Amino acid sequence: MRFYEYEAKQLLERHRVPLPKRKLVTDADGAAAAAFDLGGPVVLKSQVLSGGRMKAGGVKFAEGAGQAKQAAAEILKLTINGLTPVGVLVEEQRTIAQEYFAAVTYDGRAKRPVIIFSDMGGIDIEEVAEFHPEHLSRTHFSALHPFSDHIAKQAVAAVGVTGNDLTRLTSIVAALVRIFFDYDMTLAEINPIGRLDDGTIVALDAHMDMEAEARRTHAALLQQLGVPESDNRQARPPTPFEIAAAKVDAADTRGVAGNLTEFDGNLGLIIGAGGGSLTLFDAVRAAGGRPANYCEIGGNPSVAKAAALTKLICQQPKVKKIAVMMNVVSNTRVDIVARGVIKGCIEAGFDPAEKIAIFRIPGSWEEDGFQILKKYGVDYVDRSVSMHEAARRAVAKMGKR
Amino acid sequence: MPAMFIRVDVDPAVQANAALCKQLVEVCPVDIFRPDGEGKVATVEENLDECTLCDLCIQAAPGQVQVIKLYAT
Ligand code: SF4
Repeated sequence: MRFYEYEAKQLLERHRVPLPKRKLVTDADGAAAAAFDLGGPVVLKSQVLSGGRMKAGGVKFAEGAGQAKQAAAEILKLTINGLTPVGVLVEEQRTIAQEYFAAVTYDGRAKRPVIIFSDMGGIDIEEVAEFHPEHLSRTHFSALHPFSDHIAKQAVAAVGVTGNDLTRLTSIVAALVRIFFDYDMTLAEINPIGRLDDGTIVALDAHMDMEAEARRTHAALLQQLGVPESDNRQARPPTPFEIAAAKVDAADTRGVAGNLTEFDGNLGLIIGAGGGSLTLFDAVRAAGGRPANYCEIGGNPSVAKAAALTKLICQQPKVKKIAVMMNVVSNTRVDIVARGVIKGCIEAGFDPAEKIAIFRIPGSWEEDGFQILKKYGVDYVDRSVSMHEAARRAVAKMGKR
Repeated sequence: MPAMFIRVDVDPAVQANAALCKQLVEVCPVDIFRPDGEGKVATVEENLDECTLCDLCIQAAPGQVQVIKLYAT
C-alpha cells in the first residue's frame, strides 16, 4: 500500500530525517494560513497517489498567502491520472544547490534488498541509470544480518560524494533502510534529497510503499497516520470485477481465491501456487496473450470458493476463455480445484470443454483431478508440460486477436 | 445446483443407531452430515461436492456408508 507524501514524511520525521517545514491543508483558506505561518515563498503539492504531479500541474509555487490560496484552489480541483487529491502539502520553499536520490527496495534477481543512490536527484532514476550510470550506485545488503551504517556510507561514497555531504547523506540513507525494515516497505524512496545553499540537507519528496499483507502488523502505525482500514491505497479505485472477487475470497476462510486485478484482455486467468501467479501471468503475456485478470488461488480453497471465482471470471463479457494454471501444488488439491472450476463454468452457463482453454495443475490428487477433467472433456496437461508451454497453448486457442 | 462429483449413500440401518449418527456428523470435516433433529442423520446436498475423500465416515460406519466418485464411473 502506498503512502501519501505527507504520510511518508511523517515516517521520515520519526527517524529524524531533516525535512522542510510544512503543513497539510484541505482547502484554499487553509493554504493561505499555512503560507502565512511558514513565512516567505512556499511550494504547494497535490496529495495524490500518483506520479507525474509536476507535469500535471499538481505542484505550484507561491510567494505569499494570496498566491498560495489561488494555487491551492487550482490544485484541489485538479485530478491526476483520475485521482482527486486528499489535500495540499504546503512547504517552505528552499534554494537547492544539489539534488540527490536515495531508495531502498528489493532486488528480485539478487534476492536481496538494495540501496540505490545517485547524485543526480530530481529526475527520473531510470534515465540516470541509462544515460549516466556512473552517477548511480546499487548496494546490496543482507535482510538477515543487522544493518550497519557503513553500508549506507558505501552506497553514498560510491558515486563520489565526500565530506559533510557524505556524513549527512549516510545518516539519511541509514534511516531509510530502517524505515524499510521497520514498516515492511517494498519501496522507501526520497527524491530529491536537497543540499540547500547553507549546506543543510533535507528530504524534499518521498515515496513509500508498504507490503499490503503487513497492514495488520502495522495497524497501530496506520491508525496514528489516520489511514482507515477501508482505504486500500491502490493506484486506482477497484473495479466492480475486483470488488466482486474480493467478496468471493472474504466469504469463505478456506484457502485463497481472489486478489484479483482486472486487465483489458480476453483470457481469464485462474492461476497461483507459490509465485506461480506472476510467472504464469508473464508467460501468457510473453506468448502474446492478453489477460483479462490477474488473480491468486491456493491454500486449498473450497470447491464452492473456486467455483464462485470461476463463475465470476467466466461471466465477464470480455472473457472469451479461461486458463487454469498453477505450479506443482502440494497443499492445494488438484481434484478440488478441478471440481470448482468445472462447477463455476457450468453455473455461468458455459461448457467447460469449450470455456477452459487449458488446465495445468499438477500435484496432489492429480489422478482424481484428471479423471474429473477427462469426464468433462477439458484439455488438461500434467507437469511434463511447462508453465510457459501451457500458457502458449492457452493463448494459441484464443485465435486471432 | 445438485452435487456433480460426489454421492454419499448411508445405509438405512445407520439411522437406528443414534450414537453412530452423531459420530458421522462429528467426523466429517466439511459438514456433509447433519443431525435431522430426531436422532437420525441426513446428508447436506450443497456440501457433497466439498467431500475431501478422507474416509472418516467410512471408518466410523464400515460397510454402512459409501462415498461414490461420480466422475469415476
Ligand atoms: S469422506 Fe470425509 S469428507 Fe467425505 S463425506 Fe466422508 S467424512 Fe465427509
